Amino acid sequence: MENIGALSILLAFCFTVYAVVASVTGRLKKNSFLTVSAERAVYSVWLLVTVASGLLIYSLLTGDFRLAYVAAHTDSSMSKIYKFTAWWGGQQGSLLLWSWLLASYSAVVVFMNRRKFRDMMPWVTSVLMTTEAFFLMLISFVLSPFAVLEAGRGNIVEGVGQGLNPLLQYWTMVIHPPMLYLGYVGFTVPFAFAMGSLITKQPGDAWIHTTRRWTIVTWLFQSAGILLGQGWAYAVLGWGGYWAWDPVENASLLPWITATAFLHSVMMQEKKGMMKVWNMVLISGTFFLCIFGTFLTRSGVVSSVHAFAQSPIGKYFVIFLAVGIAATVVLILERLKYLKSEARLESVVSRESSFMFNNLILVASCFAVLWGTMFPVISEALTGEKISVDAPFFNRINIPIGLALILLTGIGPLIAWRRSSLESLRRAFFIPTMSAAVLMIALAFFGVYEHPYALVSFGLCMFVTATIITEFWKGASAIRAKDGIGLIPAAIALTHRNTRRYGGYLVHMGIVFMFIGYTGAAFDLDVTKEVRPGGNFALGHYNIHVVNIESGENDTYAWQRLTVEASRNASPLGQLFPERRLYKASQQPTSEVSIRRRLNEDLYVNFAGLSADNQRAVIQAYVFPLVSWIWIGFWVLAFGTIVCLIPNKVRLSYARTQVIGVEQKHATVQK
Amino acid sequence: MNTYWKFGAIVVVIIGVLAWLALGGVTESKTYYKEIKEVTQMGDRAQGQRLRVNGYVEQGSIVRDGSKVSFIMHQTPGVLQKDPVRLAVVYNGIDPLPDTFKDNAQALADGKLDQDGVFHASKVQAKCASKYEAKPQMKTGATPTINQARS
Repeated sequence: MENIGALSILLAFCFTVYAVVASVTGRLKKNSFLTVSAERAVYSVWLLVTVASGLLIYSLLTGDFRLAYVAAHTDSSMSKIYKFTAWWGGQQGSLLLWSWLLASYSAVVVFMNRRKFRDMMPWVTSVLMTTEAFFLMLISFVLSPFAVLEAGRGNIVEGVGQGLNPLLQYWTMVIHPPMLYLGYVGFTVPFAFAMGSLITKQPGDAWIHTTRRWTIVTWLFQSAGILLGQGWAYAVLGWGGYWAWDPVENASLLPWITATAFLHSVMMQEKKGMMKVWNMVLISGTFFLCIFGTFLTRSGVVSSVHAFAQSPIGKYFVIFLAVGIAATVVLILERLKYLKSEARLESVVSRESSFMFNNLILVASCFAVLWGTMFPVISEALTGEKISVDAPFFNRINIPIGLALILLTGIGPLIAWRRSSLESLRRAFFIPTMSAAVLMIALAFFGVYEHPYALVSFGLCMFVTATIITEFWKGASAIRAKDGIGLIPAAIALTHRNTRRYGGYLVHMGIVFMFIGYTGAAFDLDVTKEVRPGGNFALGHYNIHVVNIESGENDTYAWQRLTVEASRNASPLGQLFPERRLYKASQQPTSEVSIRRRLNEDLYVNFAGLSADNQRAVIQAYVFPLVSWIWIGFWVLAFGTIVCLIPNKVRLSYARTQVIGVEQKHATVQK
Repeated sequence: MNTYWKFGAIVVVIIGVLAWLALGGVTESKTYYKEIKEVTQMGDRAQGQRLRVNGYVEQGSIVRDGSKVSFIMHQTPGVLQKDPVRLAVVYNGIDPLPDTFKDNAQALADGKLDQDGVFHASKVQAKCASKYEAKPQMKTGATPTINQARS
């Protein structure tokens, strides 16, 4: 069975190489037979990788412990769902998942566009298949998921397996890696289209149009992946943090930042024909950062708590990145004359410039995060000493950047294209500025002035919220006046007319909620106490009473459970049950924290174990204000993104501003 | 051209501010990676610098006293008791130690070296090397080989 698996990966690798050669030759020689056979090769690659994945999953589910991968990542006591998720629990399996996702995406792309872009598609296919070939090369020659444990001549059957790290046995961790991978892998598609349009010297709008939905969906997956990771860290790791600027976390953030910049600057190209080179650079950057992220996670080049073993695949990634980046740079330089901008920047106070500042700041943030992440490697190369920078570095630079971005989120959508007069700015921003000022004064009055960043952040969040509400209000009341319907149906009708714009506002609203949640961290409280059953301690305005300590065990783990009662001003708030477990297969202790989640603040209780004399419970208790808004913000963001994907009721196409002085700003409406 | 000059000036200001922030951030939080061997040889130079030391937790050396945790780290895994290269570490931080922190785990300690040679860690990260990415050969003496499609 492992032979069939390895064989199908090897065959798939051969097919990818064939697909690249055949589609390029077919395109150059105008041989449509070859082009079609390359398309079929893409489908075959998907079929073969699916077979390999299916076999690995089957081995994991049935517990075939002859396989090194199965023995290392599952044990016989694990439930079916975690056995399945072991598919991406380790190095080889997750590379297989990468390959499978890319194979699936490629098959879908080829199937959907095979008739549309006859001259571009062969190049798109070959870019996709080159990437696929790289990953299949890794799992067929370097790290096979089907390696068998052998000693001498015989296979070794190793008892029950070593199990999946119990910390990872949590629902968000089940879907976090595939979500991130869906995001990582997805950016290969817009990148392939970008390259295809460059190679075929197309003016460069077709690829953006075709890949817009891909990019948005992929971006959503990536956001979901990052947020799930945060949710997991918060609920499982026992210290209530959701972001520590760890290299692996940064790796997931980097392409997300450039992708966000791309989603915005693409609008400049669609509406004004500007920033064409920049968009090429951003999408290529995003793609290579995705590969880089996989490299960072998978090669152990920077030490990290996520701790994947040192592995031999690093050098292959470096070669792939170097060759890929070099080829892309050469191609973009070669095609510069086809990427000329069609309009000029007219004023510093305009929608265009707000987009540019948004891009500048996002890229600066990306650069800073990249620099900080790679600091040990860079400093070692330059000075011979390995120096790392920590959370303070990242916070120091990214908090102001985040605040500036939030400000732009409010300003950008209200400012006019081309140029804005002071008068129109005053009209548009009067209400938002006033409401922000009122909120800030009120908060300062209640003592928030001790945290200036938090004060500014809340003010800006208010500012953006007010701009978004006024936008909906203005549009919806116009529709209500015209059609005589209620305000909410009018708002829905408004959104349906331009889903991208109003969906975008919803996404912005989600980001604002998330910022509110992140800002709450300025007011965290914590306490560590050793308490006997029956004892009490105070945290903020909570009083926590320890009721008892129970213990027991089941097949998978032994547990000790604490029962505590929380109360505030003598009114009871209910019980919490933090637990401590010792997993038998791995001898790994874990903490199951207990959280009382509320919109204003979470009460978070961790049972850190018994004291040295076994009499008292060591309890770490925290109050995390506003943290729930991060998760609420994510759902709003996801909803907004989905709204962006719904087609408009009426298709709008904007005429472009072509020559300065000649105005063509009336939208043509097509039914 | 005027617009482009204005735009350029704003860009320069933004980048300048960010570079200044970054520089400040680096000086504030830079940490030197050191092996335990290097730390013990550094002598007086080690004091005052923030260090990040990588090592393995000695079996049975973890002593918890309230929120204070002390343990001994070694350069190499394996036969730890005999390893002469060792470092006594005291952790007295706010965050609880990670669940992966236990005997024989690989640990990263951030902090400063005291005058009496005790390392005061403000942060301890631990990874249980054998769990996230297992090495089966260490357990059974078997080597995983790639059984390439010979059939």
